[in-house]
Amino acid sequence: MPLPRNKTRNYLPLVLLVLALFPVFGSSYYNELIAKIMIMAIFALSLDLLVGFTGLVSFGHAAFFGAAAYSVVLLSPKYDPGNLWLVLPAAVLTGAAVAFVVGLFVLRTKGIYFIMVTLAFAQMIYFVFHDTPLGGGSDGAFLNVKPELRIGEKVLLDLNEPMQFYYIVLAFLVVAYVFLRVLLRSPLGHALAGIRSNEHRMQSLGFPVFLYKLASFVTAGGLAGLAGFLSACQYGFVTPEILSWHQSGNVLLMVILGGMGTLNGAAIGAFAFVVLQEVFSALTKHWQLLMGAVIVTVVMVLPGGLSSLPQRLKGLLIGGGNRNG
Amino acid sequence: MAELVLSARGMSRRFGGLYANRDVSLDMHKGMLHAVLGPNGAGKSTLINLLSGDLPPSAGQILYRGEDISGWSPDKRSRAGIGRSYQRTNIFPAFTVFENCRLAAQSRTPRALRIFSKAVAFPDLRDAADRAIEQAGLAERRDVVAATLSHGEQRQLEIAMVLATAPSVLLLDEPLAGMGPEESQSMVALLKKLTPDHAILLVEHDMDAVFAVADVITVMVTGQVLESGPPDQIRDSVAVQEAYLGEGEPDDE
Repeated sequence: MPLPRNKTRNYLPLVLLVLALFPVFGSSYYNELIAKIMIMAIFALSLDLLVGFTGLVSFGHAAFFGAAAYSVVLLSPKYDPGNLWLVLPAAVLTGAAVAFVVGLFVLRTKGIYFIMVTLAFAQMIYFVFHDTPLGGGSDGAFLNVKPELRIGEKVLLDLNEPMQFYYIVLAFLVVAYVFLRVLLRSPLGHALAGIRSNEHRMQSLGFPVFLYKLASFVTAGGLAGLAGFLSACQYGFVTPEILSWHQSGNVLLMVILGGMGTLNGAAIGAFAFVVLQEVFSALTKHWQLLMGAVIVTVVMVLPGGLSSLPQRLKGLLIGGGNRNG
Repeated sequence: MAELVLSARGMSRRFGGLYANRDVSLDMHKGMLHAVLGPNGAGKSTLINLLSGDLPPSAGQILYRGEDISGWSPDKRSRAGIGRSYQRTNIFPAFTVFENCRLAAQSRTPRALRIFSKAVAFPDLRDAADRAIEQAGLAERRDVVAATLSHGEQRQLEIAMVLATAPSVLLLDEPLAGMGPEESQSMVALLKKLTPDHAILLVEHDMDAVFAVADVITVMVTGQVLESGPPDQIRDSVAVQEAYLGEGEPDDE
């Protein structure tokens, strides 16, 4: 089978349990932090579909996240809660639609050119929001009231409520994870694995690889849009920074830190990255220096990322060990 | 005369000022194996690349069942029934033999939208893959990761993947290269078995094999067709003998 069996999958129910029970014991600060991590995990999962499973190293993934986040603000009424039925699908569609348009161009390039043109497109979108009054310019814009889910008069879900927000994020993380797992074992997922392994042969076998890559790109854009939606709702404001190349770089680092092409790795990478960011920035202004050192170390010592650590340790204990995890 | 399936008409391919193929015309019929011989640099691989769509021709036409397909992409040609194998093994090294072939079979009915179904659960794809593996003589290696196969076995897999796409045209670029004598023999037997239902183009250096299986032989030199005809005619051709003996030994790269 194309996908390596991942032993850590057995721990998933435990992870889910911890996440579900966390707010019972955690303070509001930590609840917010974990919610942020889960949002970043969805974002990193969406990028892993491209980087780890299709072989497309995108350096412009913030474009879809950011465009979706802005769409939440732009589509919500100024002083009333937006309708979740409308705002959420619209945000996901925004991410997917931007990915579709960008993908039509960038997927004609390969390798280093692909990395550069994805970055270029993301920068274009960054400057659209940074330099025009569309989304409040460089100051960004506020989402005064967060969306809610209503049926008639009854409010079922209110994202202004931190506890409800936490569980909504958790639910979406589970949905995104399961969706990707299912997708990857489908014919489409196997075809993407084939493209990652040997695109030339896939085409010669009769696969219209451009369309497959576009499907992957649009799906990843939509999922990034979901993360962008949640992020806008968490903080209640958006700035052009969420579209910047730093954001694209950070999510790429999460995927690399955790290990590409495993899904679990993307989530672990998001967790490690955000926690390290918190810890280091509390220690020093120059936290990026420390972060850089950690990432260099992980890449050199653990080429398979943090998610390969258990297997790696097992290999060391049993003796011999396999090099790439 | 057998059914004409694929033909090249005045096909040329230039790289800068150099002609890799010049005014090449040849016909492939169903039920016939058309072998292409020639020293290194004669343009045999370019010929296959032009027919398969890996390279666009600079001039001339490629006709498939009467239709001009010169502008078609490789994947469109493959879906239409033109399958090819590669001289340099071109497989999915991290996948098992079975998955290599299952994926090849999947290209016929992509089912890209069936995202809630397991790719490995479709019985028709499994059957097509297993049939191709069986035909190529790899049944015992079905669940082995392709990268760990021997060189000869990877050559067999190369063929199995093409067969799994159920093509009507087979463009085979040196399928015997790197195979042991036993594997070669079974490949020659397979080619004979496949010929009645396919139009086959075989580029091969192994003269014994070529003369054993070919119905038509075309000899190419410096990108051009030197002579084309039944094996006996080629064997007795003065021009062919001169081309081979004059250019030194045909080495096999």
